[in-house]
Amino acid sequence: MASLTVTDAHVRVTKAKVIQPAWVRIMHWVNALAMILMILSGWQIYNASPLFGFSFPREYTLGGWLGGGLLWHFAAMWLLMINGLAYLVTGFVTGRFRRKLLPITPSGVLHDVRAVLTFKLGHDDLTVYNYVQRLLYAGIIVVGVLIVLSGLGMWKPVQLYYLVMLFGDYPTARYVHFFCMAAICAFLVIHVLLALLVPKSLRAMIIGR
Amino acid sequence: MAKRSFLIPGVDKRLLIKDSLKTMPDVTRRRFIAGGASLGALTLLTGCDVVDSSSAETMLAKVSKFNDAVQAWMFNPDALAPTFPESAITKPFPFNAYYDLDDAPDIDGADWKLEVRGLVDNKKSWTLDELYKLPQVTQITRHICVEGWSAIGSWTGTPLRDFLRLIGADTRAKYVWFQCADKDGYNSPLDMRSALHPQTQMTFKYASEILPRAYGFPMKIRVPTKLGFKNPKYVVSMEVTNDYKGGYWEDQGYNSFSGS
Repeated sequence: MASLTVTDAHVRVTKAKVIQPAWVRIMHWVNALAMILMILSGWQIYNASPLFGFSFPREYTLGGWLGGGLLWHFAAMWLLMINGLAYLVTGFVTGRFRRKLLPITPSGVLHDVRAVLTFKLGHDDLTVYNYVQRLLYAGIIVVGVLIVLSGLGMWKPVQLYYLVMLFGDYPTARYVHFFCMAAICAFLVIHVLLALLVPKSLRAMIIGR
Repeated sequence: MAKRSFLIPGVDKRLLIKDSLKTMPDVTRRRFIAGGASLGALTLLTGCDVVDSSSAETMLAKVSKFNDAVQAWMFNPDALAPTFPESAITKPFPFNAYYDLDDAPDIDGADWKLEVRGLVDNKKSWTLDELYKLPQVTQITRHICVEGWSAIGSWTGTPLRDFLRLIGADTRAKYVWFQCADKDGYNSPLDMRSALHPQTQMTFKYASEILPRAYGFPMKIRVPTKLGFKNPKYVVSMEVTNDYKGGYWEDQGYNSFSGS
């Protein structure tokens, strides 16, 4: 009997300690898959008509040729958009964005950047994001919205003309799309590196605790 | 020094060929669609046999068909492609094809006739002189290539919907299917609603001059609401049909609707 009571208490304690709720974890990994598919197929499409004086190595592209890359890109976009939209709606409705990402103050960011560079930034409480995390996570959401809007504009420059106009014109939307991809790749490198440096954060994104 | 020949005034054809080579068809390409599927990320999809080539291709083909339907639903027959002032025209306008410029069809305008087939009242063939007598309009629009690049050009010709009306085409049919003189036989289907779009044009002139060989002499179909490959050049026949007859690029995997 006594042991049962303890178990109940444990369960309650465990529940209270959930760092990443199930919806965040599911959407995070769906997004990770969608992003990788979009980036690798996007590099294939880029290679058909490079904006700059370089191409992406063929081994890191998806689809085999332009037509295949386009098929992947316009299939994975549904996964990215539906999941992304569900994430935005849930993030706002549950108040998670406000709770976890705000406020972002310049002094807070400066303080935490300094702490990062001197290896003094603590990770004791993973339920609270530090200012660097807040800035990066909020920033990458904005970049995610921009890459989808510029992508939709390029896909439908006549039917969704107002989206193209938002960026100026079709060629500009292409550059915006590219630089958003570059920002996401840079984020990905830092994000994965930090997750590996603080393994309990990775564990929290998998099992929640 | 070797004499340079210019098919488009002022444009070194070797540079153009370099550009066009990128779209060369390659029979091995299709195999790579599935080959690419084995790339890192996809191994995450356990239980779903995406690395198997045929199931990956089937899944992607299904989504592409779904995307055709979504685009048809999004298509607004009254939404016009943006037009530009003459000063915005891209000079030189690029030549782009899956072959060398020297291999572009060299058609004798005097012998050429546009064949009309399928669900139309009047199946008579049209000579170039007869077509030139039809009312023409000029449009300066952006041509967007499936590769991502774009260029602004000036095209003059007869709205396709006027011609379809003139020959008594059944405009309830699903497609207008174009066949062309390009080597290996280029063809492409155009959905009827896009064919009836006010800016869709049977083009006879580029920049107010008779359409040069590089841009599709004697006739090109200019569809500013479609990607470039759905703008056939060197057209020899059009067929009004309810059957989906496929197309040169569409059959290789480019999305069939490919609307902008």
